[in-house]
Amino acid sequence: MADVGLATPDSRPALSRFSLAALASFYRERFAMSVAVNVAYRGAVAIWIFVTLIQPLVFIVVWRTVAGEGETGGYTANQFVAYFLVMMVVDHMTFIWHMWEFEWRIRTGAFSPLLMRPIHPIHGDVCENLAYKVLGLIGVLPAAVLIGVVFDADLSGVGLGTVLPFLPALVLAMVLRFAVEWCLALAAFWLTKVTAINSLFFALTTFFGGIFAPLAVLPGWMQTVAVWTPFPWSLAFPVEVFLGRRAGADIWLGYAAQLGWIMLALGGLALLWRRATRRYSAVGA
Amino acid sequence: MRHGLRVLRAFLSLGVLNLVQYRSDFFIALLNALISLVTQVLALSVIFTATSDLRGWGPNDLLVLVGIQFFIAGLIGVVMRPSMEALMEGIRLGTFDYLLTKPADSQLLASVQMVAPQAATDVVVGVGVVAYGMTRLGVTLSPLDVALFLVMLLAGLVIVYSFLLLLATCAFWFVKLENVLVIFQALFGNAGRWPVTIFPPWLRAFLTFVVPVAFAVTVPAQALTGQLGGGSALLAVVVAIGFFVVSRLFWKFALRHYTGASA
Repeated sequence: MADVGLATPDSRPALSRFSLAALASFYRERFAMSVAVNVAYRGAVAIWIFVTLIQPLVFIVVWRTVAGEGETGGYTANQFVAYFLVMMVVDHMTFIWHMWEFEWRIRTGAFSPLLMRPIHPIHGDVCENLAYKVLGLIGVLPAAVLIGVVFDADLSGVGLGTVLPFLPALVLAMVLRFAVEWCLALAAFWLTKVTAINSLFFALTTFFGGIFAPLAVLPGWMQTVAVWTPFPWSLAFPVEVFLGRRAGADIWLGYAAQLGWIMLALGGLALLWRRATRRYSAVGA
Repeated sequence: MRHGLRVLRAFLSLGVLNLVQYRSDFFIALLNALISLVTQVLALSVIFTATSDLRGWGPNDLLVLVGIQFFIAGLIGVVMRPSMEALMEGIRLGTFDYLLTKPADSQLLASVQMVAPQAATDVVVGVGVVAYGMTRLGVTLSPLDVALFLVMLLAGLVIVYSFLLLLATCAFWFVKLENVLVIFQALFGNAGRWPVTIFPPWLRAFLTFVVPVAFAVTVPAQALTGQLGGGSALLAVVVAIGFFVVSRLFWKFALRHYTGASA
């Protein structure tokens, strides 16, 4: 089982046993390393960034067609273009891929060395993820501008007054989605194949997060359900703040919802992680 | 030709044997197909609460189109994509040399070398969705319509196959290429689920001639829903023959320049 000397309760990697200075230097080094890796594989990164553009582009075409000359759910054709482009950037800044990687990590035993280290593996994942996102922005942002020009995006509601409250909403969304989806990734400790649970999760994200359509366009029952899930708070909310569709108390309520979900997700993560590592017995050991 | 068919059958039965060995893969594939189907239908229902038609396509027409997309995606997943991935990997590792020594057409061998039968769940779901969409549409098809549809479907498959072969053949020159298939997969999985006619002209041209998603999905769907003109049908057949001939010539050309991974 797990107790081959690497996961006794005392030696288990813990977040709290680290000095902030040590953690900061780990983050600096690890981030620099991840950037270097991404630069080395820039061809592959470019292709993934290109793939990122395809879905928003298709949804822009679909919803522009639906809106035609009129309005759908409070969005004109050109406002749909703006919505999906901002959503593309927010999606890029918040997404993680580890739910696809954990199955491989566990199946091949690549998790074992990670557990041996005196630092929680989540920190390495955060650095890798941030490095890819920052580097990817070099492709995603110009592409968003270009598509916006070609399809004549309507950004008339955007100003300094919407960009400033957008920034904290984006950061909270990044933390929230990372925590929730890292919990999902831990499912690989219990399941040998994770594709089904991942695609179910992504189906929910697509609708309730506002990736397929702005929440205001969805049928009433879907909107009601969505508000009580974490999905819109890590995607649709920052987008709507940026576009000036949320104002005043509504924004503060959104921050509160984000913080509440973050605390829940981090609590769940700590609990799941404890159970997962107790369960883990290195494959191939 | 008969020899070729026997080769094909041998590889297919090998794939089935593999599947029987890993039965749970099949159920997971089925679950994935159902999740994907429900997502698609939900997306359509959201669209059609906002509008009554999408540039001439009603909800049932789109259901038929989604079914065809499933069907083609399934066929791609059963043999085309796994084989092309294996081909690229083989060129990179040098195992492609063994394939060349076998006494059958190298293109055929390369194209069927890997079979993943669990993707057949998509084929089954696709047929079901098309049938359901057609009954909802309530049109009766003459034998001629059915024949036209089958020809269009075949043309679409030939185009997709030739396109994938063209991409994979590039691996003879550029070794690290597996990501190229990711781009096709993303285009086919996203843009392929909607009629190509809603795209602006420049994107439509791209999806018709550069990455031929249109001929694979939209044209067969048009044939079934009675929206296909004779000109488009003829064009599909011509493009299919053109793609096939070009990909075959390109394959031969690549083989002439191939010297083996270790040489």
